[in-house]
Amino acid sequence: MKKIRLSKTNRINFATFGAVILAYAVFQFMSGAGMLSSTIRGQLVPICAYVTMALSLNLTVGVLGELSLGHAGFMSVGAFAGAVAAAALPIDSDPLRLAASMVIAALAAAAAGTLVGIPVLRLNGDYLAIVTLAFGQIIKSMIENLYIGMDARGLHFSFLENRIIFRDGGRMLLNGAMGVNGIAKISSFTAGFVLVMLVLAVIFNLVDSRAGRAIMALRDNRIAAESVGIPVTKYKLMAFVISAAMAGAAGALFALGQNTITANKFDFNTSILILVFVVLGGQGNMWGSILAATFLTVLPETRAMRGLADYRMLVYAVVLILVMLATNNPTIQDFINTRFRRKKKKGGAAK
Amino acid sequence: MKKFLALALALVMTLALAACGGGDGQKDGGAASGAIKIGGVGPLTGDAAIYGNAAKGGAEIAVEEINALGGLQFDLHYEDDANDPEKSVNAYNTLKDWGMQVFLGSVTSTPGVATAAESNADHMFYLTPSASSTDVIGGVANPLTGSVDTPRRDNVFQMCFVDPNQGSASAQYIKDNNLGSAIAVIYKNDDVYSTGIYNSFVAKAGELGLNIVSTTTFTTDSKTDFSVQLNDAKNSSADLIYLPTYYDANALILTQANAMGYAPKYFGVDGMDGILSVKGFDTSLAEGVMLLTPFNADAGDEATKSFVAKYQEKFGEVPNQFAADAYDCVYAIYNALKDEDVTSGTSAGDLCGILIGKFTSMTFDGLTGEGMTWADTGAVSKTPKGMYIENGAYVGMD
Amino acid sequence: MLIFLNHLINGISLGSVYAIIALGYTMVYGIAKMLNFAHGDVIMVGAYICFFSVSSFNLPPAVGVVLAVLACTALGIVIERLAYKPLRQATSLAVLITAIGVSYFLQNGAQLLWTSNIKMFPSFFSASPIELFGGELKITIAAIVTVAACVVIMLGLTWFTGKTRMGKAMRACSEDKAAAQLMGINVNATISMTFAIGSALAAIAGVLFCSVYPTLTPTTGSMPGIKAFTAAVFGGIGSIPGALLGGVLLGVIEIFASAYISTQMSNAIVFAVLIVVLLVRPSGLLGKQVREKV
Repeated sequence: MKKIRLSKTNRINFATFGAVILAYAVFQFMSGAGMLSSTIRGQLVPICAYVTMALSLNLTVGVLGELSLGHAGFMSVGAFAGAVAAAALPIDSDPLRLAASMVIAALAAAAAGTLVGIPVLRLNGDYLAIVTLAFGQIIKSMIENLYIGMDARGLHFSFLENRIIFRDGGRMLLNGAMGVNGIAKISSFTAGFVLVMLVLAVIFNLVDSRAGRAIMALRDNRIAAESVGIPVTKYKLMAFVISAAMAGAAGALFALGQNTITANKFDFNTSILILVFVVLGGQGNMWGSILAATFLTVLPETRAMRGLADYRMLVYAVVLILVMLATNNPTIQDFINTRFRRKKKKGGAAK
Repeated sequence: MKKFLALALALVMTLALAACGGGDGQKDGGAASGAIKIGGVGPLTGDAAIYGNAAKGGAEIAVEEINALGGLQFDLHYEDDANDPEKSVNAYNTLKDWGMQVFLGSVTSTPGVATAAESNADHMFYLTPSASSTDVIGGVANPLTGSVDTPRRDNVFQMCFVDPNQGSASAQYIKDNNLGSAIAVIYKNDDVYSTGIYNSFVAKAGELGLNIVSTTTFTTDSKTDFSVQLNDAKNSSADLIYLPTYYDANALILTQANAMGYAPKYFGVDGMDGILSVKGFDTSLAEGVMLLTPFNADAGDEATKSFVAKYQEKFGEVPNQFAADAYDCVYAIYNALKDEDVTSGTSAGDLCGILIGKFTSMTFDGLTGEGMTWADTGAVSKTPKGMYIENGAYVGMD
Repeated sequence: MLIFLNHLINGISLGSVYAIIALGYTMVYGIAKMLNFAHGDVIMVGAYICFFSVSSFNLPPAVGVVLAVLACTALGIVIERLAYKPLRQATSLAVLITAIGVSYFLQNGAQLLWTSNIKMFPSFFSASPIELFGGELKITIAAIVTVAACVVIMLGLTWFTGKTRMGKAMRACSEDKAAAQLMGINVNATISMTFAIGSALAAIAGVLFCSVYPTLTPTTGSMPGIKAFTAAVFGGIGSIPGALLGGVLLGVIEIFASAYISTQMSNAIVFAVLIVVLLVRPSGLLGKQVREKV
C-alpha cells in the first residue's frame, strides 16, 4: 500500500517539475522570439515571485495547517534586505549579486520568522492568524520609519527620523516611507525559474521526510501527534521558518525586478492575495498554487480585462467569487472526479 | 487534483488572451485613425482613485477639444494602477502594447518613479501632471542629506511643482508674511508627496529660523482620527498648522479641529486644492485657509471657466488641480507637436527627441500658470501662488 | 491631567466605533464560524445610503438610518444567499476567500455607483458639545451617542442570544450544527438570520462611524474593518461583551500610543500590545478557554 502511494506522490512531483520546466522553456522561447507582449514580459519575474510566495505560504497553510495573514511581512523583510544588499554588495556579476542578495534576504526573513514563531506558534487557529496579521502591520510600520544610507565609510542606519549625514558622495538606499528607489533590475525570469524549482525541491523533500510527516501529523491531529512524542514547537517552528525564508527569497526576487519598492506594497492586501492563491489552488497542493498564482496575477492584466476599463476590478471580484463557488461545488467536483477516475482509476491525490 | 482541469483551462485561456490579442487596441478616445496615441497611468480604483480619475477626466476634455479643432489628432487611453508601482509598470506595458507614442506619466508619485524608470529605458517621452516627487525626474538632491539618490531621467518632465519647491516656498511665505509664531506640522508619513514636501519644509524652516513646535504624522491606516495630532498642536500653543497633505485628509482635520474648538490658521500646499468642492463639507470651516496652488476653479478667465463648465457637465463635479494639470499636459504636448511633421507612424523614440527639444525651449500658457518653461532638469518653472480662502473662494495673497 | 482625560475621551470615542463594528464581526463569527471580511464594506454601503438619503433626498436623519439598516439587511441576506450559502460544506478558508471577493466587489461597485470622490458625512448631532472644566474638555454628542449605542447594542445582543428562541437556536448552531439540526433547528435559516442581524448592525456602525469621522469614500470601511476584527479577537472572538471591551481598549491604546509615544509607530504599538495580550491570554480577554477534546 505504502509503496504505491509513494510512487504516486513522486509521479505528481515529477510532473510538477516537468510542467514548470516546460513552462519556462516555452516562455523563454516565446520571449526570445519576440512573441510575448510587453505586459507579459514585464510580469514574468513578478509571477515567479508570487508563485514562490504561494508555495511558501502553502507550506504554512497546507502542510502545517496554520492560517497566516501576514505572509507579505516576510516578503517585505526579504524585499528590503535584498534591495539594500544588492545596492551595497561589491559584487560585479549581476547573477552572483542577485543570488547573494536572495540568500541574505532569505536569512533575514528566516530570522524574522524565528522571532515571530517562537512565541506565537503556541497559539492556534484564528488567534495565530491575527498575530501574523499584527506582525505584518508591525513590519510595515518599522520599515516606513527606517533609513539606510551608504557612503565610502559604509552603511548608516537611522530610525524614525533621517539623521544620516554623508561625508563624501553617499546615497540613500532605504528612505523610510519613500522606500527604495532606483533599484538596478537584476532579477531575471531564469533566476525566478531557478528559485521556483529550488523551493519545489525543498518542499517536496520536506514533505516526504520524517520531519514532513511529523508536521503533517501535527496538522491532522495535534493531540494525537503530541501523545506519540512528536515535539510540537520544534516542527511547527521548522515549517514556519522555512516558509518565511522562502518568502524572503521571493521578496528579493520581486524587489530586484522593480524600479522602486515601498513598504505599503507588502500590506494586508498582499498577504490576503497570496492566501487566495493557496486556497484557490488547494491547500497542500503545490502545482495548484503555481497555477492559481499565475492565473490570478495574469488575469487582471489581460487585454480582455483591461478592455473592461472601469469594470475591471468589479469583474475580477466576480470571477474570484465564481471560481471559489465552482471549485467547491459538489456537482462540479463529482463531475471532474468521475472524469478523472475513468482515466486514472483513482484520482484526487494530495487531498 | 480535482481542480486541475478547471484551473489549467482558465490559465490557458487567460494566457492566450494575454499573449496574443494582436493590435485591436481599445478606442475609447474616439479619435480618427492617424491620431497620435497618448497613454496615461493613474489610480482609477482603490484608495487614491480620487486623484487618478480627476487627471483622466481633465486629459479627456483636452483631447476632445483638440480633436474638435481638426489638424493634429490625439487618441487618449488611461490605464489603472491602483496606486501600486508594480501594477503601474503593468499598465505602462499594456499601453506600450496598445502602441502608445507619448506618455502622460503616472498621476501619483510612487508609481511615477517606477514608470519614469521604465519609460527612460524605452526613451518614451514622459510628462506627468501630478507625480511631484523629485525621484520621478531624478537628479535632485535629497534636502536632508544632500545626496542625489536617483540620476536625472532626461525624458521625464513635470507639469506640477516639484515637492521640495513647494516645501521651501511654503516656509519662505510663512516667514515673509510672518504668518505664524508657533507652527505645527501634520504630514502623512507613508506618502511620498507629503514626506517630500515636509522634508524640504523642515530644512528651509531651520534655515529661516521658523519656530516649529509640534510635528505629528498619520498614515493611510490611521487617517480617520486626528484628535491626537490636533491636541498636540493645541497643547503646544501652535497658531499655524502646516498641512502638506491632500484635501481629503485636510477636510477631516479642519472638521475635527472645529469640533474641539481649536481655531489656528492653516497653511496648505497644492494638495489642499479641491477642499471647497468636497460634497457635504462645510466650507465656512475653510475660511482663511492659506494654500499654494497653481489652479483656481473660480478664476474669472475664459479658459478656466470653459474648462470648469465642461468638466462639470461631463462628470458632475468641480475639477481639482489634478484635472487641470492633466488638461495642461495634453495641451503642452499639443503645442509642442502641432507645427511638427508627426503622424501616428512616428516612433515613440523620435517623438521623445522632438518633445525634449521643444519642452526645454518653449513657453506654455495653461490653466495652471502662464509663461511656463521647463529646464532640462524636467521641473516646471511656474512659481507656487499663495492664495487664501475668503467667502468660499480663492483670493490671491499678494 | 486634563490632557490625559482628553486623550482618554478621544480613545473611548474611537474605541466605541471599533466596538460596534466588532460586535457585528463577532456575532457572525460566533455562529457561522467564518471571518466575514466583507463586513467593513457593508458598513461603507450603509454610510453611503444614509448619506444620500439625507443629503440628496433631504430625508430626516432618522429615516436615513432606517433606510440604511433596511438596505444593508437586504444586502447581507443577498450576499449570504449567493456567495456564502453554497459554501456551507466547504472549508472555512474557502468562505474566507469568497468574503474577500465580496469585499472587492462592494468596494468597486461603490466606486462605480458613487465615484471615488470623498463625501463629508453630515453631522446629525447639531447640539453643542458638553463642556467640562470651563470649556477645556469637550465631549461631542456624536461620541456620547456612539458609546451609548454601543452599550445598548451589546446588551441587546446578549439578551437576544441568551433569552429569545432564535438566539438560543443561534447558540445551539454555534455549539454543534449537526446536533442543532437533529433538535429540529433550521440551521440554514438561523445562519441567514445571523447575517441579517450582522448587516443591520453594520449599517448602524457605518452611520455612527461617519458621524464621528465624517470622510466617506469607497474604501472607508476596509481599515476600520481590520481594526474591528483585531478588536474582536482581542476581546475574545465570539464573545459579545469581549467585542465591546476589545474595541474600547484598542481605541484607547491607539490614541495613547500616538499621544505619548509616537504617531509614526502607533499602529505598530497597537499590534504589539495585541500580540502580548494574546500570548498571555491565548483566546482573548473574555474568550472562552476551550478545553481540547481527544
